[in-house]
Amino acid sequence: MLTIVIDGFAYGMSLFVMASGLALTLGLMNFVNLAHGAFAMLGGYVTALSMNRLGMPFLATLPLAFLVSAIVGALAERTLYARFYRRSHLDQVLFSIALLFISMAAADWLVGPQQQLITLPEWLQSRFEVAGVAIGRYRAFVILICAALVVTLQLVLGHTRFGARLRAAVDNQRAARGLGINVGGIFAVTFAFGSGLAGLGGALGIELMGLDPSFPLKILVYVLIVVTVGGTTTLTGPFIAALIIGVADVAGKYYLPELGAFLIYFMMIVLLILRPQGLLAPAR
Amino acid sequence: MPTDTTCTAETRAMPKQGDLTLHKRVGDALSQRSRWKGAEVLFWLVLGASFLLLPERHLLLSEIVILGLFAFSLDLILGFAGIVSLGHGAFFGLGAYVAGLTAIHLTGEPLTGLVLAGMAAALLGLLTGPLLLLRASDLTRLMVTLGVAMLLLETVNKLSWLTGGADGLTGVVIEPIFGWFEFDLWGTTAFGYTLVVTFILFMIARRVVNSPYGLSLRAIRDNALRARSMGIPVGQRILSIYTFSAFIAGVSGALLTQTTMFVSLDVLAFHRSADVLLMLVLGGVGYLYGGLLGAIALKLMQDWFSAITPQYWMFWIGLVLLVIVLIGRERIDAAPRVFWARITGGAKP
Repeated sequence: MLTIVIDGFAYGMSLFVMASGLALTLGLMNFVNLAHGAFAMLGGYVTALSMNRLGMPFLATLPLAFLVSAIVGALAERTLYARFYRRSHLDQVLFSIALLFISMAAADWLVGPQQQLITLPEWLQSRFEVAGVAIGRYRAFVILICAALVVTLQLVLGHTRFGARLRAAVDNQRAARGLGINVGGIFAVTFAFGSGLAGLGGALGIELMGLDPSFPLKILVYVLIVVTVGGTTTLTGPFIAALIIGVADVAGKYYLPELGAFLIYFMMIVLLILRPQGLLAPAR
Repeated sequence: MPTDTTCTAETRAMPKQGDLTLHKRVGDALSQRSRWKGAEVLFWLVLGASFLLLPERHLLLSEIVILGLFAFSLDLILGFAGIVSLGHGAFFGLGAYVAGLTAIHLTGEPLTGLVLAGMAAALLGLLTGPLLLLRASDLTRLMVTLGVAMLLLETVNKLSWLTGGADGLTGVVIEPIFGWFEFDLWGTTAFGYTLVVTFILFMIARRVVNSPYGLSLRAIRDNALRARSMGIPVGQRILSIYTFSAFIAGVSGALLTQTTMFVSLDVLAFHRSADVLLMLVLGGVGYLYGGLLGAIALKLMQDWFSAITPQYWMFWIGLVLLVIVLIGRERIDAAPRVFWARITGGAKP
């Protein structure tokens, strides 16, 4: 029972790392980015390929996954995304679906349609027991990394100058601009950082969710659920949503395998009916 | 702004007179809009002529028309009421399955299946429509529609005793239409059947869109807040057009089942909903013909790109879409008119 909860936590945490970037872009610029999963896939491929082809150690590939995704994200933001901020949501949806299709076909073409497998280092394999509860070492590792990230994110958002500017820009873009805050610059940095986080999440998620060219599409639904259910005004909302979704998905697959992914979509709709403004948003 | 206020002031001063002229103006504008234009007549004539001129392409043509009808149903909500949906495939898929199940368990008579499929899809639209009104943001709508589509996909997948699950529904046998026109191997009957059904539904929808009701939908699309303050029942209107659109999507799904005599989970997959959006955008949103034209364009492109790189046609479709949105849909929509104006030497519209 507790093992499942912990597995679900690990799953939910890596979901959150992927979704946090999206939550920021959605909240900040009101940009519907369906191609967010493509950055997660990129990070996953960086890790898988540099481990399998270059023989790099697993831990060294994680920062690399973050960096590559962040750089690609920054480039894409400056060249493509920036043109769509003022367009309608429909245009943004179409644009990001186009990117999604291109990235999936490109991954298929460059790497091939097969599942990417990685071999975790020795010390992350197997399980250990705490008070009779078996915990996968890798699960624990993922939870630790993600928890550290969550705390850092909260600190950056809540207690730094950059965070204050970012929150100001999220709350009221026009007023923030009027106060002399460089909203465009903040957004570029945030987007790059969010893409990097997605890449890191993708890299961590290989072992938990698998990795193949259809990954962006598979993950898209989960990430969007986390963001819509959690709301985009805070990061705590998506975090709780990610944990709920993670635990529910793992528990659902374990206890009610005949239901499959049914439970997740059902939960999303119920949560949206109950809290249409997001989990933590004040009722308006 | 100032003209608006004077207008309301006038109407208040002499309500009878003002109402009459306003009524007349609106009526004139609507009948102007609903008049048949040359290009429209030509379009249907060409489509009808393809029945006689391209007999060996009937299978492909009927698929195109079915997809066109499906895209057209999306146009009704997207182009006219401004509802962005990523799950329109749910209605298409439900219609396809209901038509298949009707043929197996109830009757092979095609029209019954068609109507039942449309009704089932409309019911689903009516039931899930209120979810669209929860929080009128595009993102929530995207997620809710996507969620409903995924939920349906999972349900159909799990009910394998009824639907055949991942193997699909086999053994669909459709009787001749009116006991007379038998479905043949070359798709001639199928194409004629889809063409007639599409034309009839198109006529009905055209009438609906060019009515005062259609005008109120446009008002909602352009500014829901103002529409509400003008006294338009926004929720009710959205719900009704969503249901109507679902009905048409269900019928198009049923047409696919009846002409191919097979249903698989593919009809509910995410790419259906994305493809239909793509078609509509290729053809242009909000003038009724976008769906049909887009379906033709997409199918031709798909054939063409598959011939170059069979595996990666998705890449090319994505690239085309990217270019379209980068240039800007409005600019592409306006291009023929600007071009025409330049030829005739007239002023730019």
